[in-house]
Amino acid sequence: MIPMEYYLVVSTIMMFVGVYGFLTRRNLLAMLISVELILNSVDINFVVFNRFLFPGQLEGFFFSLFAIGISAAETAVAIAIIINIYRNIRNIQVKNLDKMKW
Amino acid sequence: MEYTILILLLPFLSFILIGLLGTRLRPVVAGAAGTAVTGLVAVLSYWTAFSYFAAGRDASGVFPTQMPWNFEWLPFGGSLQIDMGILLDPISVMMLVVISTVSFMVHIYSFGYMKGERGFQRYYAFLSLFTMSMLGLVVATNIFQMYVFWELVGVSSYLLIGFYYTKPEAVSASKKAFIVTRFADLGFLVGILVYGFYTGTFSFSPDAPALGAAKTVLPLALGLMFIGGAGKSAMFPLHIWLPDAMEGPTPVSALIHAATMVVAGVYLVARMFPLFIGYAPDVLHVIAYVGAFTALYAATVACVQTDIKRVLAFSTISQIGFMMVALGVCTSSDPHAGGLGYMASMFHLFTHAMFKALLFLGAGCIIHAVHSNEMSAMGGLRKYMPVTHITFLVACLAIAGIWPLSGFFSKDEILAACFGFSPVMGWVMTAIAGLTAFYMFRLYYNIFWGKENRELHTAHTPHEAPKTMTVPLIFLAAVTLAAGWIPFGEFVSSNGQAYHIHIDWSVAAVSLCVAVAGIALATWMYFREDRKVADSLAEKFSGLHKAAYHRFYIDEIYQFITHRIIFACISTPVAWFDRHIVDGFMNMLAKGTECSSWAIRYIQSGNIQKYCIWFLGGVLCLAVILLLVF
Repeated sequence: MIPMEYYLVVSTIMMFVGVYGFLTRRNLLAMLISVELILNSVDINFVVFNRFLFPGQLEGFFFSLFAIGISAAETAVAIAIIINIYRNIRNIQVKNLDKMKW
Repeated sequence: MEYTILILLLPFLSFILIGLLGTRLRPVVAGAAGTAVTGLVAVLSYWTAFSYFAAGRDASGVFPTQMPWNFEWLPFGGSLQIDMGILLDPISVMMLVVISTVSFMVHIYSFGYMKGERGFQRYYAFLSLFTMSMLGLVVATNIFQMYVFWELVGVSSYLLIGFYYTKPEAVSASKKAFIVTRFADLGFLVGILVYGFYTGTFSFSPDAPALGAAKTVLPLALGLMFIGGAGKSAMFPLHIWLPDAMEGPTPVSALIHAATMVVAGVYLVARMFPLFIGYAPDVLHVIAYVGAFTALYAATVACVQTDIKRVLAFSTISQIGFMMVALGVCTSSDPHAGGLGYMASMFHLFTHAMFKALLFLGAGCIIHAVHSNEMSAMGGLRKYMPVTHITFLVACLAIAGIWPLSGFFSKDEILAACFGFSPVMGWVMTAIAGLTAFYMFRLYYNIFWGKENRELHTAHTPHEAPKTMTVPLIFLAAVTLAAGWIPFGEFVSSNGQAYHIHIDWSVAAVSLCVAVAGIALATWMYFREDRKVADSLAEKFSGLHKAAYHRFYIDEIYQFITHRIIFACISTPVAWFDRHIVDGFMNMLAKGTECSSWAIRYIQSGNIQKYCIWFLGGVLCLAVILLLVF
C-alpha cells in the first residue's frame, strides 16, 4: 500500500505549482488553471486524510465532492468574467487590467 | 369643564389642516375654516367664563382655581416634573375671553385686509398657531408649560412679522423680534430653573415649606423671570423689537403686538403675583420704576413719530408700562390696602386689548385706503371713511381716558393705585396720561383733519373699507364703549375676594383735566390746515425733536454695543481662534493623513498578483513565527 506521505508530497507539489503559476502567469486563463490546481491539491488532501486517518467515516470524501462542485461553479463565473473583460479591452493579459486603479 | 381642552385643540387642528393643505385649499376656504374655528373657540371661551363665574365663590369668598386637565408630561428625578394642563382661575378665564375675542375679530378683518395676498392660507395657518399658543400660555398650569407656549407665541410672532418675506425690512424686523425676545427669555429660563431647583416644583403656588427653603433665592428667580416678561412686553431697554415688528400685516400687529402677546409679560407678573408680594416686594417696585420709565419714554417718542403704526406701537409700549406700574406699586395682596394695582392692571389689560386692537384695525383700514403708513399721505380722511373715523375717535377717547369710555375706568384705577403708593409716582403717571391724550389726538387730527394730501387723494380717492373690515371695528368700538361698566373687581382682584370698584373722583377729576388739556393742546396744534405752532416748536427744540424722532438713539446704542464692542472685540478673536487653532489642528490631522496616503499610494498597484505576493509573504512569515514560537 502506498504510504500517506506520497500522496501528501504530490498534493504539496500541486499546491505550490499552482501558487507559482498564479503569481507568475500574466494570462487570466492560466491564472485560473493555477487556482484550479490549488483547489485540486486541497481535494486530494481531504480524501487522503479521510482514507488514512479516519477510515470509518465519509466527511472528507463528501467535502471534496462538495469542493469540486463549488469549484466548477466558480470556474464558470470566472470564465464569464474573463469573457466580459475580453469583450471590453480585447485582451486578457493581467497587466492591462489596472485601468480601475485610482 | 373638560371641554376646555377643545379651546386649545381646535386652533391647533386648524393650524395643522390649513398648514398642510396649504395652497391646495382655496384662499376663501382656508380663511373660512380658520375663522369658523376661532369663532367656535370664542364661543367656548365665553361659555367657560360664564360657567366658571356662575359657579360662584367657595366658602372663603374666592373663585376656586380649577384644573380640568393636568397630566404629567416630563417626570424628572425626585419630585420635580413638568405637567401640561389647563388651569382656570379669574385671570386666565379673563384672558381667554380677551384673546379669543380679539383673535376672532382679527380673523374676520383679515378677510378684507389680506384679500388677494399671496400666502393667504399660510397667513391663516399662522394665525391659528398663534391663537393656540397664546391660549395655551394663559391656561398654563405651571411655569414651564407657560414657558413652552411663551416660546411658541414668540415663533408665531416671528413667522407673522416676516410674513412678507420678500421685503428685506420685514425679514430683518422678524429676526430682530425673535432675537431680542429670545435673549430676554434666557433670563426667564434661568429664572425658571432657579425656581424649580430651590422649590422642587414648577407649580405657580408651591407649598409653604418649599417656599421657606427657597426664600433667599426667590427674589433672584422672580427678577430673572421678569426679564423674560420685560422682553415680551417691550419694557425699556428691551422694547426695540416692537416698533420694527410693525412691518408685519396690520391685523397681526393688532392681535399680537397690541392686544395679546405683548401683555404676556404683564400676565406673567400677575400670575406670579402672590410670590412677588410675599417674597420679593422690592423686585415688584423695581418693576414699577421700569414700567414708569418705559411709559414716559415711549410716550415722548410717540409724540413725534410720523408713521401711524409706529405711533401706535409706542403707545402700546407706554400702556404696557402703565400695567406694569400698576402691578409694581402693590404693597399688599389686600385690594383695600395697597393691592388695588393688581386689579387695575388686569382691568387695563382687558380694556387696552379692546381699544388698541380697534386702533390698529382702524389704522389698517386707513393704510388700506391710502397705501401708505405715513401721516403725510393722510389728512382730511374723515370725509372718505366715516365708519373708521368714528370708531377711531372712540378708541382715541378711550385711550386718552375720557369718561364714560373704558379707558377712563381702568386708567383711573391705575392712577389711584399709584397715588396710594407714592404721590410722585401718581403725578408722574398722571402726566404720562396727559401725554397719551396729546399724542393720540395728534395722530387722530393728522389722519382725519389737518392738511389733506389732495394731490394723492385725487390721484387715488380713499374709500371706506369693505364690510368684513368695518364690522370688527364697530364691534370693538361697542366693547370699548361698554367695557368700563363691567364690575371688574367682582371677578378679578389681588386676593380673590370681591372688590367693589369705586371711582376716586379726586384722582379722576385730575386725570380727566389732564386728558382734556392734552386733547386741547393737540387740537390747538394740529386741528387746522397750517400747523404753525407745531412746526415752530419742532424748529425751536430741533435737537430734542430729532432725538425723539430717532427714539433717543436706543437702536444706535444697541448697534454700537453689538457691532463695535461684542462683535469686534469678542466675537472676531473667538472666531479667529476657532478658525485657526481648533480647525487648524483638525486640518493638520487631515493633511497628515492625506500626505502619508499619497506617499504610500504606489503599493496600491491594482495588480492582483502583486497583492498575492504580499499576502503569501505575510502568511509565510506568520507560519515561520508560529513554528518558531510553538
